[in-house]
Amino acid sequence: MQSSVDTADAVPPKAAMKRAGRRRATVGRILIGLASLVFLLVLVVQVLHAAGAIAAGFSTWRPILIVYLLWAIAFGTAQVLMRGERGQRALFLLPAVFFTIAVVIFPTIFGLYIASLDWNLSSIEGPHFSGLDNVRAMLSDTYYWNALGNMVFYSVAVLGEYAIAFALALLLSAEIRARKFFRVIFLLPMMLSPVAVSWMIGKSLLEYRFGPAATLARYLGWDNPAFFASPWMARFTIQAMDAWVSIPFIMIILLAGLQAMPKEVQEAAKVDGANGWQSFWHVTFPIMLPVSITVLIIRIIFKLKLADIVINVTAGGPGGATDTVSSFIYRVYRDRSNVGYGTALAMVYLLLIIVLLTLMLRLSKRWTQRVT
Amino acid sequence: MAVTTAISAHRHPVAPRAKRMASRALIYAALLFWTFICLFPIYWTVTTSFKSAVDVTQAHLIPWVDFHPDWKGWRSLGLSPDTLFETSTARSEFVNRFINSIITSVGASVLALILGSLAAYGLSRFRYKFAWMRNDDILFFFMSQLILPPVVLALPFLVLYKALALLDTTFGLILLYTLTVLPIVIWIMRDQFNAIPVELDEAAFVDGLSTWGAFLRIILPLAFPGMAAAFILSLVLCWNEYFFAALLTSTDAKTLPVMVASQTGSQGINWWSMAALSTAAIAPLVLIGIFLERYIVSGLTTGAGK
Repeated sequence: MQSSVDTADAVPPKAAMKRAGRRRATVGRILIGLASLVFLLVLVVQVLHAAGAIAAGFSTWRPILIVYLLWAIAFGTAQVLMRGERGQRALFLLPAVFFTIAVVIFPTIFGLYIASLDWNLSSIEGPHFSGLDNVRAMLSDTYYWNALGNMVFYSVAVLGEYAIAFALALLLSAEIRARKFFRVIFLLPMMLSPVAVSWMIGKSLLEYRFGPAATLARYLGWDNPAFFASPWMARFTIQAMDAWVSIPFIMIILLAGLQAMPKEVQEAAKVDGANGWQSFWHVTFPIMLPVSITVLIIRIIFKLKLADIVINVTAGGPGGATDTVSSFIYRVYRDRSNVGYGTALAMVYLLLIIVLLTLMLRLSKRWTQRVT
Repeated sequence: MAVTTAISAHRHPVAPRAKRMASRALIYAALLFWTFICLFPIYWTVTTSFKSAVDVTQAHLIPWVDFHPDWKGWRSLGLSPDTLFETSTARSEFVNRFINSIITSVGASVLALILGSLAAYGLSRFRYKFAWMRNDDILFFFMSQLILPPVVLALPFLVLYKALALLDTTFGLILLYTLTVLPIVIWIMRDQFNAIPVELDEAAFVDGLSTWGAFLRIILPLAFPGMAAAFILSLVLCWNEYFFAALLTSTDAKTLPVMVASQTGSQGINWWSMAALSTAAIAPLVLIGIFLERYIVSGLTTGAGK
C-alpha cells in the first residue's frame, strides 16, 4: 500500500500527478461513502429485524461487528488515498482509536442507557425505561453507601502501603549484598493472581482452626484469632492482603526514583552533618515527592478497582463490612441479575471517581509546583 | 565533588564501628523479615499441596521433618506421577482452563502490543489534530481509560456480548483484556520510541524508505526492549484477570482464575487439591517473576524517574 504512493509520485509530470492525486481522492471519498452506506444499511436491517418489523436479518448482532471492521479498514484506506503521506501517518493512530471507540466509548454510552432501565435479566418481562428510578433507589441503598465508605478506608490505607513500600525501597537502595536476589523476592507477590492469593492467604493461612497465622496468633496470646469475624478486623485483613500484593508495585517505582536521585545531594547532606533521619526527611523525601504523588495516584486508581480478593474471601461480609463498590455491584448482578440497577451504581461510581481524580490531579499539580 | 568525597571518606572511620555493624545487622534483619513475608505464603501453598489431611490440621510445616510428602493434592488434579498417564477428567478440565488462560492472555497481549505500538509511534513522531485534540490530548484520552473500573464496562459488555454471541468465547475475553492493557502498552511504547533518536527515521527516509517502511524495518527492531517489557507486563495482568472472566465466561472459555475461585467455594475440605491448583496457577508467574524480572521492572518504571 505504502509503496504504490511513492512509485506513482516518482515519474509523471506535475499536471498528470495532480490529476492522479485528485482521482485518488475521489476514489477515497467514494470508498468512505460506500462503506458507510453498507454499514448503515446492515444496521438498519438488523434494527428492524430485532424490532420484529421485517423478517430479513441476522440471528445475532455479530455481522454488525464485522461491518464495523470493514468500515474501519475502508476508512483507513481512503485516508491514504485522499491525503497521501498524512493519511499514512494517520494510519498509525486509527486502529487504536477505532478499537477504543468500539470497546470503551460505545459500551460506556450504552451503559448510560442501560442505567436508565428497569431491567432484571431473570424476570420474564424485558427491559423498560424507568428514567432516574435507579439513581433514586441508590440514594436509599445503605449497602451502596457502606461500600463507598469502605472505599474511603481502602484508599486512605494506600498511605500505609506507601510507608512500608518506601521503607523497603530505602532498604533495597542501601549498600547491601545480593540486592538483585532481594529485589526479585520482594517483587514476587505482585505477580500472583489475586484469586490465588485469596485462597493462599485468606482461606488457608488465616484459617481459624489450623492456619499457621492463627496458630501464631494463639501462641502470641490472642485466644480467638478470628480474622474475618469483626467488621474492623475483616477490613484490616482484606487491606493487608491487598497490600501484600500491591506494595511491590509502589516499592519498585520508588526504588527507581531513589536510584535516579543524584548522589551528590546525599553526600552534601552528610557533609552538613545531617544524620540518617534528617537527611531522609529534609533531602530524600522532598526530592521524591513528585514520584511519590504519581505513584500514590496510580495506586489509588487501582485500589478503586479492588474486587477479586473481596469477592473470593469474604464476599463482602461480615454484614458488608469489607464490601468494595465493585464487589457489591458484582453481587447485585450475580444474586439478583439486576443489570439496570447495577449499571446505574457503576455509572455513579465512575462519576465520583472522575470528580475525585480531577481534584487530586489539580491539587497535586499545585502542591508539587509549590515545593519544587 | 572531590572535596565532598574526601571529607566523607575521612568521616567514615570516625563513626563508631559497633554502631555501623548494628545498623547493618538491622538492615539485613529487616530484609530477611520481608523476604519471609513474601515467600511464606508461597512456601505454605506449595508444601500444602503435598500434605495429607492430618498434616494440614496439625499445621505441619517442614517436609520430611514433620510430615511425609504425599502426592495427594496432585493426584486429585490428575497430575501426580501415578495418574499422569491415565485419563482423568480433573486433569482435562485443568489443562483446558490452562490453555484458555494462555490463549487469552497471549492473544490480548499481542493485540494490545500491535495496536499500542502503532499508536505510540504515531504519537511520538507525528503531530496529529483531531478536531480540538492534539497529541497530548490524544495520549490523555488513551491513558484516561485506566481509571475506568471494570464494573462500569462489565454489565454493558454482558448485554452486548449476549447480542453479539460473544459470551463465553475466548475472542470476547481477548477484546476486553486488550482494552485493559492498551493504555499501559501505549505508555511504555511511547517512552521507548521517544528514546530512539528521530535522526534514524530521517536517515531511513533519505535511503528511500516510506513512513511505514522506516517504522517496520528500522525503528521497530530497535524498540525490542520496550516491546518485551510491555508484552510481559500485559501477559501478567491478563493472566491474573478475574472480574471479567467470572462474569462473561461459563463453560467453554473459563480461565484459570475462575476455576481456582469456583473451587474456593467448597471451603476447607480439599485443602490439598486447592493448594495444588493454586500452585499450578501461580507457577508460570513465579517463573516469569524470577527470570524476566528485569523486563517487568523496566516496564513498570517507565517514566518514573522523571
